[in-house]
Amino acid sequence: MLRYILKRLLIMVITLWIIVTLTFVLMVSIPGSPFNSDQTSNETVQENLERHYNLDKPYHIQYLLYLKSIATLEFGPSIKQPNQTVNDLLGRSFPISFELGMVTIIVAVISGILLGIIAALRHNGIVDYLAMGVAVLGISIPNFILATLLIQQLAVNAEWFPVATWSSPAHMVLPVLALATGPMAIIARLTRSTMLEVLTQDYIKMARAKGLNPWKIIFKHALRNALMPVVTIMGTLLAGILTGTFVIEQIFAIPGMGKYFVESINHRDYPVIMGTTVFYSSFLIIMLFLVDIAYGILDPRIKVNKKEGE
Amino acid sequence: MKKNSNPRIRNSHRQVPDEWFTWRERDQSTAERLSRPSLSYWEDAWKRLVKNKLAMSGLFFLIGLVTMAIIGPILSPYDVHTNDLPNQYQPPSAEHWFGTDSHGRDVFTRTWYGARISLFVGLMAALIDVSIGIIYGGLSGYKGGRTDNIMMRIIEILYGLPYLLVVILLLVVLEPSLTTIIIALTVTGWVGMARIVRGQVLQIKNYEFVLASKSFGTKTPRIIRKNLLPNTMGPIIVQMTLTVPSAIFAEAFLSFIGLGIQSPYASWGVMASDSLGAILSGNWWTLFFPAFFISFTMFAFNVLGDGLQDALDPKLRK
Amino acid sequence: MEKIVEVKNLHVTFSTYGGTIQAVRGVNFYVNKGETLAIVGESGCGKSVTSNAIMRLIPDPPGKITQGQVLFKGEDVTKFSEKKMRSIRGVDISMIFQDPMTALNPTLTIGSQLMEGLRQHQGISSARSKQKAIEMMELVGIPNPEERLKQYPHQFSGGMRQRIVIAIALICEPELLIADEPTTALDVTIQAQILELFEKIQEVTGVSIILITHDLGVVAKIADRIAVMYAGKIIETGTKRDIFYKGQHPYTKGLLKSVPRLDVKGAALTPIDGTPPDLFSPPAGCPFAPRCPYAMEVCNKIYPDTVQLSQSHEVNCWLQDERGKRLLATTTTKE
Repeated sequence: MLRYILKRLLIMVITLWIIVTLTFVLMVSIPGSPFNSDQTSNETVQENLERHYNLDKPYHIQYLLYLKSIATLEFGPSIKQPNQTVNDLLGRSFPISFELGMVTIIVAVISGILLGIIAALRHNGIVDYLAMGVAVLGISIPNFILATLLIQQLAVNAEWFPVATWSSPAHMVLPVLALATGPMAIIARLTRSTMLEVLTQDYIKMARAKGLNPWKIIFKHALRNALMPVVTIMGTLLAGILTGTFVIEQIFAIPGMGKYFVESINHRDYPVIMGTTVFYSSFLIIMLFLVDIAYGILDPRIKVNKKEGE
Repeated sequence: MKKNSNPRIRNSHRQVPDEWFTWRERDQSTAERLSRPSLSYWEDAWKRLVKNKLAMSGLFFLIGLVTMAIIGPILSPYDVHTNDLPNQYQPPSAEHWFGTDSHGRDVFTRTWYGARISLFVGLMAALIDVSIGIIYGGLSGYKGGRTDNIMMRIIEILYGLPYLLVVILLLVVLEPSLTTIIIALTVTGWVGMARIVRGQVLQIKNYEFVLASKSFGTKTPRIIRKNLLPNTMGPIIVQMTLTVPSAIFAEAFLSFIGLGIQSPYASWGVMASDSLGAILSGNWWTLFFPAFFISFTMFAFNVLGDGLQDALDPKLRK
Repeated sequence: MEKIVEVKNLHVTFSTYGGTIQAVRGVNFYVNKGETLAIVGESGCGKSVTSNAIMRLIPDPPGKITQGQVLFKGEDVTKFSEKKMRSIRGVDISMIFQDPMTALNPTLTIGSQLMEGLRQHQGISSARSKQKAIEMMELVGIPNPEERLKQYPHQFSGGMRQRIVIAIALICEPELLIADEPTTALDVTIQAQILELFEKIQEVTGVSIILITHDLGVVAKIADRIAVMYAGKIIETGTKRDIFYKGQHPYTKGLLKSVPRLDVKGAALTPIDGTPPDLFSPPAGCPFAPRCPYAMEVCNKIYPDTVQLSQSHEVNCWLQDERGKRLLATTTTKE
C-alpha cells in the first residue's frame, strides 16, 4: 500500500511539473512579450510585471524564478486590474467556485447512484428505460445549453428562481442543476451497468442462498462492488465539473474563479491565465491522487505491487 | 402374441403398437446438426444493431445531418456571414425557416454551416485519436515488457493532465482556427484510445491463434494487421463513436468561451454564445436551433455508440 | 426412512428472445434424512436448474416453475412467500456453488460473510456468532481461524475458499445441503480433500446432501443414491450399486463407459456420440434416442413410462418393455 501511494505521488509530481512547465513555455513563446502589448497601458503595471517576471533575465533564470514563485504560491499581479494580484483574485473567488463545485458533486453522486440502482433493479422495465433515456439526454445536452434553457424556462418565464448571481440557496438551484446533470447521468449509467454485472455474480447468488434480505444484499454485497468503477471516474468527473464552472459562472454571473478565468482569456490577461491554470491543474491533479488512494483503500484486492492496468 | 405381463408398467405401454418395436436407422445428420446457422462476427453484430431502434434512429439522424451539412447551405439563397441588419431577429417564416439572428443572418444557413464545422472537428479529432492511439497502444501492448512499462508510465502522466485546461492553454497561445482547434483537441485526446487498444492487444496476443501464427514465423506487422486488428476493432469503433460527441462538445465549449471558431464564422458553439442575450428578449429561435442540433448530434452519437457496444460485444453473442 | 425433500413432477421453463427453453421437464426424486443423493448428467441437462428450483433461486423472469411440487419436510416450498422462503434459505436448506473463486464477496472479510447468515436468522450476539464461526472454520479444517476471520477472500487458496463456502453453508446447521459441482473448479488433489470433508461433515452433523455433478468419480466416492438426468428428465435412479453394476439405461451405460476405470483391466474409454437435443423444442419421444445405439421406432414417438426394477431402482426406457427386451435378445449383431 505504501509503495502504491509513493508511486502515485511520484506520478502526481511529474504531472504537476509538466503542466507548470508547459504553461511557462507557452507564455514565453507568445509572439513579442505577453506583457508589453498595447493592453498594458499603465506604467506601474508594466513595471510590476517586469519585476515579477524578471523579463530582462535569460529564460532559464526566468524559469527557475517562475518555479519558485509557483512553489510559494505567489502568482503575481494582474494586467487588467492593476491594483490586484492574482492571489487576491483567487482568494476571493475560489471559495465561491469551491462551494458550487462541492454542492454539484454531492448532488450528482447521490442522485446518480440512486438512479443507477433503481434502473438496475427494474432492469428492462419502464423505469429503467425512462431513467436511462434521461441519462443519455443528460450526457448529450452540453451544460451551457442546459443552463441557458433553465434560465429561459425556470427563471425568465416561470420566475421560480433568480436569473443570476450567487447569494442565497435559491440562487444555487439552477447553476447546480445545469452543472450536475451531466455527471449525474454518467454516474447513473455506470452504476446501472456495474450493478447489473455484479448482480449476476456468484457471491450475490450465495448471499441470496443464505436467506439475507434483499436490501442487505443490495447495499452490503452489491453496491460496494458496483461503486468501485464509479470511484475510478471521479477524477474525470471532477475535471468536467471544474471546466463546467467556467461557462456556468459566466452565464449565471457568479463571481467565481471560472468567471475570472474566462474573462482573463478574453482580455488575454496572461498572468491571470497562467496563475489560474496552474492553480486549477494542481487542484485537479491532487484530487486525482486522492481518488486513487481512496480506491486503494476501498478495494482490498489492490496489490502492493500492482502491475499497470485497469 | 403374449401380452406385456409386467404389472408395474402402466396401461399406456400396452397401447403402443408392436410394429414400432424395430430398430431405427440412425440418422447421422440429426445427431450432429447445429441448431443455428453460423453468422460471421460482423453480420451478427449488424443484425443486432439493426434490432436496436434507438441506435438506428441515431444513425438515421446522423445520415440526415451529414446530408444537410453538405446540401443545406446550397439550398438556401442566403449567405452565411453577410449581415442584413434591417432584418434582424426575424422569427421563423417562409423566407427564413429558422428565423434570423442579431445581425439579420439566416439561422437555417448558419445551422448547416455549423453542422459542417462540428462534424468536421468531431470526425477529424476521432480519426487522429484513433491513428495515434492504435499505433501507440498497439506497439505498447504488443512489445510488452520494458517498452510497455515506459510507454504506460508516459500515458499515466498524460492522463493526469486536465484535458480541457491544456486545450485552453494551447488555444490562448495558438491563433484559434479550425486546424489549431483540432490539434489542441488531439494533443492529449489520443491517450484514452491508446489505453483501450493496449488492453485489447494484451488480452488477445496470448490467444492460441496468435501464438500459432507466431510459431509459423509470421512477421510482426502481419500479425498485427491480420490477427490483432480485426479482433480489437469492436472496442475501438465504440470508443471512436464516443470521441466524436466529446470533440463536438469541446469545440462548442471553446467557441462559447471565445477560444473556438470566431464570429462571424458559424459554429454551433458560436451561435449559442452569440444568442445568450437574445433569449432574454424572447428571440428563442437564435438559441434553439444550434442548441437542438448540438444536443441531438451528441445524443445520436451516444446512442449509436451504446448500440455498437452492445452489438459488438462478443460476450453477448448467443 | 424419513424423506427430507421430495420433488414431484417439477417443470421449469426459461423465456428467452429465441423462445421458451424447457429446462426441467417433469422431474421426480426424493432425499432421505442423512443420505447423499447425486444428480448426474451432462452440462445443460437441467441439474443445476433443479437444485436452484428447490431453493427457489431461479431468476424470475426469465425462469419459472410452471408445474410440480417441491416438498420440504412435507411442505410445498413452491407455494411459499418470498419472505417465508428467506427464513428457510441458509437455515434449513443451504447451497454450495461451483466456483469458490467467485462465490465469496471480494470486498468483505471472511468473518463478516460467515456470520451474516447467523445474525440475520438467529439474531445472536456478535461474540456468540464469532465463537460459532470459529467452530465452523475448525470443522472444515482451516488453521488459525481467529486470525483468518479478519482476512479477505483473495488471501485464500481455491481449496481453502471452498472450505469457507462450505462453512458458510453449514453455519446455521441446515438439514439439507445442495452442492452444485462443488469440486469441478478445484485441482484433483484438492477435490479428494473436499470430498472427504463432505463425508466428515455428514458424519458430524447428519445433514442430507444433494450433490450435483457430471463426474461419476465424485459420485462413486460419496453418493448413497444416484439419479441420472438427461435433457430435463431423470432417466434412471437407483442406489450406487444399482447404477454402477446394474445400470439399465443406454445413457447410463454410456456414461459409465466414458469414465476411466481402474478396477477393470483393459477397459476402453468410449465417448457418447452426438449432442443433447435442443430444449427449445424437446422431442416427443425419448430425448436420448438420436444418440442411442439401441434406438427403436417407438423411442422417437413416445416417452417411456417409469419401470420399477427393484425397490430402489427405476428406469425410463423402452428396452424394459417386454417387446423391447425380445427385440434385443433376437438381435445379436447390433452394436
